[in-house]
Amino acid sequence: MLLRYITRRLVILVPVVLGVTILVFFSIHLVPGDPARSFLGDRATPAAVAALHREWGLNEPIPVQYWLFMSRLLHGNLGQSLFYQSSVAGLIGGRLPVTLLLLLYAAVLSVLISVPLAMAAARRPDGIADHIVRAIGLVGIGMPSFWVGTILIIIFALRLHIFAVAGYGNGLVGHLQSLVLPGLTIAISIAPMLVRSLRASMIEALNSDYVAFAKAKGATAPTVVMRYGLRNASISAVTILGINIGFLVGGTLVIENVFALPGLGSLMVQAILDRDFPVVQGITLVFAVIVVVVYLLTDVAYALLDPRVRLG
Amino acid sequence: MSSPSLTAVAVVPVTRVPVRRRLPPSLIIGLTILIIIVAAAVFAPLIAPYSPTQQDLTNILAGPSAKHWLGTDELGRDIFTRLLYGARTDLSVAFIAVLSPFVLGTCLGAAAGYFGGWLDSVIMRIADVVVAFPFYVLVILLVFVLGPGTRSIYIAITVVSWVSYARIVRGGTLVAKNEEYVLSARVAGISDRRIIFRHIVPNVITQAIVFAMSDIVMDILAIVTLGYLGLGIPPPTPDWGSMMAEGQSFLTTHWELATIPGIAVVITGLGLSLLGDGLADLLRAE
Repeated sequence: MLLRYITRRLVILVPVVLGVTILVFFSIHLVPGDPARSFLGDRATPAAVAALHREWGLNEPIPVQYWLFMSRLLHGNLGQSLFYQSSVAGLIGGRLPVTLLLLLYAAVLSVLISVPLAMAAARRPDGIADHIVRAIGLVGIGMPSFWVGTILIIIFALRLHIFAVAGYGNGLVGHLQSLVLPGLTIAISIAPMLVRSLRASMIEALNSDYVAFAKAKGATAPTVVMRYGLRNASISAVTILGINIGFLVGGTLVIENVFALPGLGSLMVQAILDRDFPVVQGITLVFAVIVVVVYLLTDVAYALLDPRVRLG
Repeated sequence: MSSPSLTAVAVVPVTRVPVRRRLPPSLIIGLTILIIIVAAAVFAPLIAPYSPTQQDLTNILAGPSAKHWLGTDELGRDIFTRLLYGARTDLSVAFIAVLSPFVLGTCLGAAAGYFGGWLDSVIMRIADVVVAFPFYVLVILLVFVLGPGTRSIYIAITVVSWVSYARIVRGGTLVAKNEEYVLSARVAGISDRRIIFRHIVPNVITQAIVFAMSDIVMDILAIVTLGYLGLGIPPPTPDWGSMMAEGQSFLTTHWELATIPGIAVVITGLGLSLLGDGLADLLRAE
């Protein structure tokens, strides 16, 4: 049953992944003028421009270009960087672990921040705690993530000297230490969104029949909140986090630049400043693939945790 | 068509208390915040004591004083002035940027929901593809390939954010399509286009408008973030994001440079969120 469910989800993903590759491939044709000349700059020799035309197949009809792009992609070839003497895949491979570790860190921290806040709010809707949490959310939703990061740097690095201002540290312990502030920044930035959805789903859970039944059996309020509210909240937290993975990934893209972390996000912004199109294109594709894979994992996790889904 | 009660009112003059519907407090507070910020942006040239690019070279990185209320930056430019002009840039770009995804998403969502079939499948599959990209990744890619400037920001935000409107309006249309008033309009032989735009859209658009309030917040954050990363509106146009990026070099000595513009963003976001919540309350009450 579960296997059939996963297969069905995979089949649905095929057109999405194809669409993603088409959009990423086509982005080069949005460049005004000749893309090869645009990226190589005004001082490029005609021979260099012609070579790039050949390499990217720009003289071929567009369907052929897409075919070339896809056949390269399926061989794991994302092209050559225009700026570094390196393949795009190699550059990305070196940076990916930092971004993935930061994503994981941020995901864990955002659950640790959001779930208690949502629980406090959901216990008594329209109570004092609920109003405070909602007020925090209203203020928090408008906070630019890099601004949160800057404030954390000012407080914890420049004033209290607890963490380094920026960088990735040395060794695993150094890495984990240097990711605390960036992870916290991302977690704080997306918490308002998570708390909002979590609060709603917890209120729904606490109003359900089985909670009423548990109360009727004499379960105390804390038991109900912990046993039933929390368990259901953890399922919704996984789902809500999965749905919002795009914001989490977007957060790492921005925050890596604030804290000078050597991940994909800082590489992407650097590549844009260098006008290194193949690198920008490759990273875009990798970010989209991360999101699609997380969507799939969320669906699977949800099906594992909640048997009702599999039957639907 | 005079009913007895109306006649009675006409005969016996009663001081009629106007029926006043109580507006949600969040609507009033949100609207007030927004009006103040928009007024500050619109009248920036009248309020601001200096020009946004004017340099006071004897007062570089100065603290707050009577001459410069919020101090000056590393080029001796007045921060209060640049904050006001930054509001002008960022708010106008955000308010314009929200329009085209709103219109595009509403049209596509209504068409998808109303006609269904292959049109619905195609539109919703394209939406799935767009959502597979993290918001910032796609916006940054598009602004990069289209070249710097506000035009690219408008296009990028349109490509990325029409999806939410389409999904909201499609959902509403699917429900409305089977309501009595639409079915009878169909029986009466009214054209599909007229049914969609005159009967369905006015009924389902309210949710999209509420969403638009939080979407403007997203757009402001995107514009400010692009500015911070050096990919947004090119200098010397004052923009809150690039102001904060410039202040980044002086965190140890002048932390306020990198943080004050952020407070402006937060207050604007608060105003818009309160307005959105208030609107939602108001519409729910009706």
